[in-house]
Amino acid sequence: MNLLISVIAILVIALLAIGMAMSQVPAYILTGIIPYAAFAVFFCGFIYRIVQWAKSPVPFRIPTTCGQEKSLPWIQNNPLENPCCKASVIGRMAGEIFLFRSLFRNTNVRIIGGRPVYGSAKWLWFFGLMFHWSLLIIVLRHLRFFTEPIMPFVSGLSALDGFLEIGVPVLYISDAALLAGLTFLFLRRVVLPQVRYISLFIDYFALLLVAGIAVTGLLMRHFFPVDLNAVKTMTLGWVTFAPVSLQNVSLTLYLHLCFVFILIAWLPWSKLMHLGGIFMSPTRNVINNNRSQRHVNPWNAPVKVHTYAEYEDEFRDKMKAAGLPVEKE
Amino acid sequence: MSFAKIPKPDELINIEYAPPKTEWRKTPVDFRPGTWSYAAAAKNLMALGMPNPRAWQPSDADWKLPENWKQIILDGMKERLEKYRSFRLFMDICVRCGACADKCHFYIGSGDPKNMPVLRAELIRSVYRRYFTMAGRCFGTLAGARDLTEDVLKEWFYYFYQCTECRRCSVFCPYGIDQAEITMIGRELLNLVGCNINWALEPAANCFRTGNHLGIQPGGMKDMLEFMADDIEDRTGVRVDVPINKKSADILFVTPSADYFADPGTYTCMGYMMLFHEIGLNYTFSTYASEGGNFGLFTSHDMIKRLNAKIYAEAKRLGVKWILGGECGHMWRVIHQYMDTLNGPADFLQEPVSPITGTRFENARSTKMVHIVEFTADLIRNSKLKLDPQRNSHIKLTFHDSCNPARAMGLFEEPRYIIENTCRNFYEMAEDTIREKTFCCGAGAGLGNEENMEMRMRGGMPRAMAVRDVVRKYGVNRLGCICAIDRATLTTLMDYWVPGVSVMGVHELLGNALVMKDEKERMTDLRGEEIGGE
Repeated sequence: MNLLISVIAILVIALLAIGMAMSQVPAYILTGIIPYAAFAVFFCGFIYRIVQWAKSPVPFRIPTTCGQEKSLPWIQNNPLENPCCKASVIGRMAGEIFLFRSLFRNTNVRIIGGRPVYGSAKWLWFFGLMFHWSLLIIVLRHLRFFTEPIMPFVSGLSALDGFLEIGVPVLYISDAALLAGLTFLFLRRVVLPQVRYISLFIDYFALLLVAGIAVTGLLMRHFFPVDLNAVKTMTLGWVTFAPVSLQNVSLTLYLHLCFVFILIAWLPWSKLMHLGGIFMSPTRNVINNNRSQRHVNPWNAPVKVHTYAEYEDEFRDKMKAAGLPVEKE
Repeated sequence: MSFAKIPKPDELINIEYAPPKTEWRKTPVDFRPGTWSYAAAAKNLMALGMPNPRAWQPSDADWKLPENWKQIILDGMKERLEKYRSFRLFMDICVRCGACADKCHFYIGSGDPKNMPVLRAELIRSVYRRYFTMAGRCFGTLAGARDLTEDVLKEWFYYFYQCTECRRCSVFCPYGIDQAEITMIGRELLNLVGCNINWALEPAANCFRTGNHLGIQPGGMKDMLEFMADDIEDRTGVRVDVPINKKSADILFVTPSADYFADPGTYTCMGYMMLFHEIGLNYTFSTYASEGGNFGLFTSHDMIKRLNAKIYAEAKRLGVKWILGGECGHMWRVIHQYMDTLNGPADFLQEPVSPITGTRFENARSTKMVHIVEFTADLIRNSKLKLDPQRNSHIKLTFHDSCNPARAMGLFEEPRYIIENTCRNFYEMAEDTIREKTFCCGAGAGLGNEENMEMRMRGGMPRAMAVRDVVRKYGVNRLGCICAIDRATLTTLMDYWVPGVSVMGVHELLGNALVMKDEKERMTDLRGEEIGGE
């Protein structure tokens, strides 16, 4: 059901894009106004969300420790899994962000012969990592549309990405990897009963939206070539705040743009905000030095306690009878 | 403990992982006997000054909620979203990848999809979206939002009291989302409208008044410790002192009260007492701060603070130099991650230094509280103890890493170092079930009661099965741990799944192996079982 609604939503967006492309004025809206609107929503939304998270304090230092703590000097501690200083927090976070360290631990469980058996389950990690890295590379490659001349690292990245030199124009490895990653993530969500059970509309929608972007992009590159000069004129127009209206550009481009703008405008308000959130996770980004460095809770509120005096008042006679020392005779 | 009312192990192991046909929002909770805990008695809520004391049970149709319960919950959520970054962030960034799903012992043992941490969190996330996000307010179900109703509240109760706050899911989550944090806040919200369980609240009320969760009064505590001293004398021929509320002591010793109340914790406690006697430690027990375990952790952050405050207050009153803490799981979660923040700074204490070895415990320099296995490992390392591992030769041991020392501290090597020096037959369980991946006993966080027995046995199944594997492979007959709840609950769990395996603390092992001055020849271990026998 959620899947069906997501497919319908994507189709509606596509139709909308096609409709806009058909007539002059809405087409200008898509290439001249919406880019700024989408980017503004993205930029403000992203900052808003980060600020909103940052405004809530971290009252307690609650790292999840996944390795030996730093205690006695002769015991080998594990700084990456149990950070003992700032550098090791940075190391741990780098592992999480660039290598998906925690996901790499993934296992599955099956009941075999009347007992649970844990198996290695690295595919989610593998395809997840592949998906995210290719997405990053693809985004960086697109920078060539936004600077003139093209920044050397962008050209270098593109050359490296296409080093297999399959086809004309060459197939980028990142494109293939992105599609493979997306396919895996999508099939996993649809096929595995447990994952399907927890999936919401937005989970399918996010995947389909990125898939829409990827497919339209690939179509333009390999099957329905667009006038790249015209495209670059348009994108440079955005950057220089002098948007130009495009004449006779392909429908595929309009679809591509439409999906992209929806994605970036929606991102801050969706689960895709894990992009920013991962940096702020208090079980990962703090040092496990709770007993050596006091952590201060800004709202540490007073509470009603039961004092020793109250305790002794209640039990004084019994304490004396048991021969225990008391404060007041 | 009676297993009469619950399915037999070979029936219970037939676990169905396929989710039900109805989607989760439309699958109401079934309060099936054996899978939930009794409601908190009104007297305990009144003793703690908590809202809505009344007679009720979760199986009742009418929960007698306050009239404005919905507003109370929503206000409570708003307040906590502003107070805890963890809560707000964990509400927002989950992508539902499901990596956490089969990491939860309750899911592995029950197959109930709402025991997947991701879905347990969605129970509250869906309400968060509905009332606190624009997408949820505008698009409702499409954005994964739903209204807060009494059925939702009942669902929260059932599943937040079916989570032991063990944090195993957070080890595997790519964003470190910690279900324990969500459960703790979920329980706080439930507590605002008086929906709580007696097994968490009665211990808290007892701790508040008498200092310990069993409600033992000062004389009773003294008797129990004296009784243990008698037992020690009987086994070893050495009479140990039992210092209580002693003002000239250097060190305040705080341990879970279960250690001096019931077997097998008492043997661990005897181990501590023998150790302290042997090294001539100037320490004291306290009757006022006679509980290390903090049952506030299972109720609210405020309750953690209210109960924990006694430890520093007593250390100050007695004028000790620093504090030593016994073997306990959730006690150490509180001491390591909360105590200094809540009730510090402990500037009236000194930086802990072992009076025997001179070792500075730099890792405890601010909180000023040292874990007994750190203390003992240091003694062994500096050759201050004479140990005879032969006396544990009748024991074939495996070691259960308790959730909190594992995933909230990283205390892995210290207990193993003590074990290796006191026992020759030590066998680790499978790698996926120890250290940071350790499985919960299934009965922590207030769930270790009789009425919840089926769920306990389900939740403990992964741990029990890992034990059964080493029993079959190596003939293991003893399960070691450093947690008082474990010592009580694993015993029941073993009786059900792996009969013949008993449970012990690491300091019982030490007590057996410790060669004391002027001791008589030891014929038995601390349990009175013959050394060398089976």
